[in-house]
Amino acid sequence: MEKFRANLMLCAGTGCVASGTMKVKKALQEELRKRDLDEEIKIVLTGCNGYCAEGPVMAVYPDEVFYQKLTVEDIPKLVEEHFLKGRPYQKLMFKEPEKKTAIPMMKDIPFFKHQVLRVLRNKGLIDPEKIEEYIARDGYQAAAKALTQMTVEEIIKVVKDSGLRGRGGAGFPTGLKWEFASKVKSDVKFMLCNGDEGDPGAFMDRSVMEADPHSVIEGMIIGAKAIGAHHGYIYVRAEYPLAVKRLQIAIDQATEAGLLGKNILDTGFDFELEIYQGAGAFVCGEETALMRSIEGKRGMPRPRPPFPAHKGLWDKPSVLNNVETLAQIAPIIINGSEWYRSLGTEKSTGTKVFALTGAVNNVGLVEVPMGIPLRTIIYDIGGGIRKGRKYKSVQLGGPSGGCIPESLLDTPVTYEDIVATGAIVGSGGMVVMDDNTCMVGTAKFFLEFTADESCGKCTPCRVGTKILLDILTDITEGRGKEGDIETLQDLGRDIITTSLCGLGQTAPNPVLTTIKYFREEYESHIKDKWCKAGVCRNLVTFWIDEKLCKGCGACLRACPSKAIVGEKKKPHKIIQELCVHCRTCYETCKFKSIRILPAGYESGPSELVEVTATEGETTKGEA
Amino acid sequence: MPRLTIDDLRKIKEKHKADFTLREGGYRAKVTVHMGTCGIAAGARNVMTALMDEITKSNVNDVIVTTSGCAGLCAREPLATVEIMNKPPVKYCDLNDEKIREIFKEHVLGGNPVEKYALVVGSETTY
Repeated sequence: MEKFRANLMLCAGTGCVASGTMKVKKALQEELRKRDLDEEIKIVLTGCNGYCAEGPVMAVYPDEVFYQKLTVEDIPKLVEEHFLKGRPYQKLMFKEPEKKTAIPMMKDIPFFKHQVLRVLRNKGLIDPEKIEEYIARDGYQAAAKALTQMTVEEIIKVVKDSGLRGRGGAGFPTGLKWEFASKVKSDVKFMLCNGDEGDPGAFMDRSVMEADPHSVIEGMIIGAKAIGAHHGYIYVRAEYPLAVKRLQIAIDQATEAGLLGKNILDTGFDFELEIYQGAGAFVCGEETALMRSIEGKRGMPRPRPPFPAHKGLWDKPSVLNNVETLAQIAPIIINGSEWYRSLGTEKSTGTKVFALTGAVNNVGLVEVPMGIPLRTIIYDIGGGIRKGRKYKSVQLGGPSGGCIPESLLDTPVTYEDIVATGAIVGSGGMVVMDDNTCMVGTAKFFLEFTADESCGKCTPCRVGTKILLDILTDITEGRGKEGDIETLQDLGRDIITTSLCGLGQTAPNPVLTTIKYFREEYESHIKDKWCKAGVCRNLVTFWIDEKLCKGCGACLRACPSKAIVGEKKKPHKIIQELCVHCRTCYETCKFKSIRILPAGYESGPSELVEVTATEGETTKGEA
Repeated sequence: MPRLTIDDLRKIKEKHKADFTLREGGYRAKVTVHMGTCGIAAGARNVMTALMDEITKSNVNDVIVTTSGCAGLCAREPLATVEIMNKPPVKYCDLNDEKIREIFKEHVLGGNPVEKYALVVGSETTY
């Protein structure tokens, strides 16, 4: 076998591929060949590294140097400097926001430093399309142990004792789920994996399937043995083509190697695994709807009980686990339940992966011990709010979750503590919003999603979400009226208590939490016709504060409707009749001279300053 | 790939150890070839090639090779530093193809520094 002196782990997750990984790979190959280094240095394409914001990214081993934002043009210099002359190339290194010094080593970069990798243990370290690399990282050792040295009871006990809870959102204890299904007598049972990740902004499961597909397969083999299943499906949405491709490669390799199929590892245990591609309906992430979908029927939930552990897919006992849950199984089998419990809290053990997106500096995939405060995730790992703006809220749990305000930023991330705020941990989507976000608009955004995705089977969800959405639309367009807030709250609670499945039972959460924490914003929309964040076009006028305007002309040039007039170095003015409320001037002005005022506001500059001084909560934060 | 047994899992892991020693750390010895402009002009490229050849032939998994810039003593290039874990590093100078092969066998594999080629013992470690 050839020996290499360096491995270049180039990220080929969906994010980095979109940013140009494949072109960079080609350029690297050519340049290494040109310099006669191609037999000494190996390029490995990995799954998602997690630091998607600055892709394409690459880690160089053994030096542990981390490069980001690679471009084809930079490659010749990088190869000459680092790989030939051994001088790590500063230009492509991570730099802290607003600081100039480069941080060469991956382990010193704050984004990586605070993370603890269990689910993502192989991220960026293996080529997901080569089973040998997974095996080299102790892959399939847990399956071997479970199949040869452990009884069904022992497997269930260690998973139960670990405290592992379903990472798909509901947080049901995994070991208990397995125990229920294990005790049901049936000649046919099914082991299923839920890869129908549908929350806007969430991509943990996709990343795991892309970066480490064998870890999911191994978890399923162990689960299959625990419940006595010999057939399984991985349900993946068709919008994840790379995940489907890598999972299929992994299944084929594992089958060829005798790790799937008949007589696994010569132990006499059989387990066949197939991928089923979902068409992308959000409700198919709900377990009974997902099983309907695999059966080839329309994906709609049904009442429980009977629970799937008794009557699931084709009415046979079935267990459905989330991708991330399954990826946690192998290390638990190898290291035991005490090891797993060493991180996290009493009731929320281990680690959780979050997809950190929105208005933070470091967007990406992060794995942290449960119980860590939200603040640490957003400020230490996420690097704080982008463009030096002010934090407003974090949306946790997608359309089923809620918005958490600044006063609750020290809440530890556990299932119980997050539920107490009105949000849910959910699958782990974490969307951070700054003070340029309208909370009524945010609630409306999520309601548009759930109203659209409601399957229509039960009335509270089908009709209720539509009415919630109509009221929210009215409020954001200036037709809000006294009593709307109370109607939203009453109706929201009704939908929660009477809906059939998790979709309806959680759909009002974004509305209820935004009312709970940002009620004054709803009130100013309804009473003052004023969207203080300047997002709802009908509820805002833009004015230039003449005292602050330097007459630089930036807004004048940026305005798409030529609504701004003024001479150089003299205060400019917005012609209200021409203004389309697009916010461009507000975003452009470097002197914070654009004021956001209520709809229909008419006045001169002196009065304007007075208003902003007394009521200008928005302007205070930005001035 | 043929059907695997549990023993095969261990063998595959062993076979890929060299790559994962690079990625995960945990190596026993590290050889740094100084490849500044001076080093390359004096023949560091040949030294590197010979070293990689020896590593491949000897089939060791716990030795890593890396490059660094000019060590500051351009007159005595090519230079290389051999670091065995928990032992003082040794810098070698005026290297060529044969010398590095000898150093690899004697020092890296055998653990005995080759004094006749050594410039200095001690100084900073890099691990």
